[in-house]
Amino acid sequence: MSGFWGVTRAIVGREFLRFIHQRERFIAALVRPLVWLLIFAAGFRAALGLSIIPPYQTYITYETYIVPGLCAMVLLFNGMQSSLSLVYDREMGSMRLLLTSPFPRWWLLYCRLFGSTAISILQVYAFLGIAALFGITLPTLGYIAVLPGLVLGGLMLGALGLVLSSFISQLENFAGVMNFVIFPMFFLSSALYPLWKMAESSPLLRDICALNPFTHVVELIRFLLYLQFNLHAFAWVVLSTLVLSLLAVWGYDPARGLMRRKG
Amino acid sequence: MVIEAMTNGGLAVTGLNFTYGPKLALDDVSLTVPPGRFCALLGPNGAGKSTLVSLLTRLLVAPKGDIHIAGHDLRATPRKALADLGVVFQQPTLDLNLTVRQNMSYFAALHGLPRGETPGRIDAALDRLDMRARGDEKVRALNGGHRRRMELARALLHDPKVLLLDEPTVGLDAAARQAITDHVHDLADAGLCVLWTTHLTDEVRDSDALLVLHQGRIIDTGVAGDIRGAHTLSDWFLARTGAPA
Repeated sequence: MSGFWGVTRAIVGREFLRFIHQRERFIAALVRPLVWLLIFAAGFRAALGLSIIPPYQTYITYETYIVPGLCAMVLLFNGMQSSLSLVYDREMGSMRLLLTSPFPRWWLLYCRLFGSTAISILQVYAFLGIAALFGITLPTLGYIAVLPGLVLGGLMLGALGLVLSSFISQLENFAGVMNFVIFPMFFLSSALYPLWKMAESSPLLRDICALNPFTHVVELIRFLLYLQFNLHAFAWVVLSTLVLSLLAVWGYDPARGLMRRKG
Repeated sequence: MVIEAMTNGGLAVTGLNFTYGPKLALDDVSLTVPPGRFCALLGPNGAGKSTLVSLLTRLLVAPKGDIHIAGHDLRATPRKALADLGVVFQQPTLDLNLTVRQNMSYFAALHGLPRGETPGRIDAALDRLDMRARGDEKVRALNGGHRRRMELARALLHDPKVLLLDEPTVGLDAAARQAITDHVHDLADAGLCVLWTTHLTDEVRDSDALLVLHQGRIIDTGVAGDIRGAHTLSDWFLARTGAPA
């Protein structure tokens, strides 16, 4: 058992060391949601009228509305960033070192996933901290209550990144996939606009948004930030995490996926 | 000899087949390397060496054939088999931003070595390759030869019974190549089972076991000096495979 703990610590520790060595990655991860929050949201505030919907109990500004979506966006980008580094590792060879460890492959992947999630969460809190400095605050206990939601959402989006990385054979192919994953996931969700608002434009788009697991990560975070629990969103995120994790393990199975295509 | 290698510290492969889609990469490959033996697997580029290495390290799994590492069946008991295998890959597998010691500690943890034992093992492994003074340097600062020596030291950290090296001298200068080749021969003399893949005939000594892999098949096997006869190994290899060595 100590071996399992040791390998977890080593893989997570390596993720942190890599993160520390890539300061620009941290800055980019912070700037991205802040641009949305401080520029996009300010410009959009007048254009979008929001009614009172759960979990809010009063009228809120647009900036306040998009904070949970931007938290989820940090998780999404970091999950994809992590899978990008997995593809890089594979091209550079260090993936071989990881996968020839005698520990079960699913465990090694889980450790990797856990490491990237921990880093995502650090970034989310840094973002929330800066948002608070700009006066966009949330219930104090919400900052603590949201943690399990961030962990679950981070694991789900990290697992999605793992799945993608297992099916992408080259680094160059990654940019295209990012466009086909990140943008649709983000825009077809409740991150930037509530679903009822989307329904006014198109019921079909609303339905697609409602099926998008990313919507449920956003809603889980939104409700937890206001000390409420959204069971429906929670169930969706748990289910998606399980399915994506199984797919990732399948994708990295040495008898199929990954290295076979790589050769 | 197959039985011996299957049951003790050696390497035994039987009837290995592998295809990439319709392309046959390995065709009924069998080989045996007993403990204390340096076995050179010689093959031109594209012969299937890297595929064989991927199968031996379980990066890939073959639909047909068996691999035994130090008596452990890689298919049935992969954890035990991989625990007895040390690997130096053709591609560098180092984290350039970390120090030599950090790289080695990471590897030690991946192999489940007890944390308390790790520093001592790292010192011993670095001493063996005369690399201890470099332990706290970042890998990025090391030259190609030192990086390879570090990878070799790392591959020995968990005291494997079988050492697999996939074209380990690629990109090294003559002196570094010689040093690594000599050192690994010494390791075999000390009892380790070594499989060394290469396309360079000058890395093979007359006393080494030799396997020739060509177009996915083992076409010759024996002791290098006996196989080459009166020719140089380079000439013999060229004539046998039609590939320059």
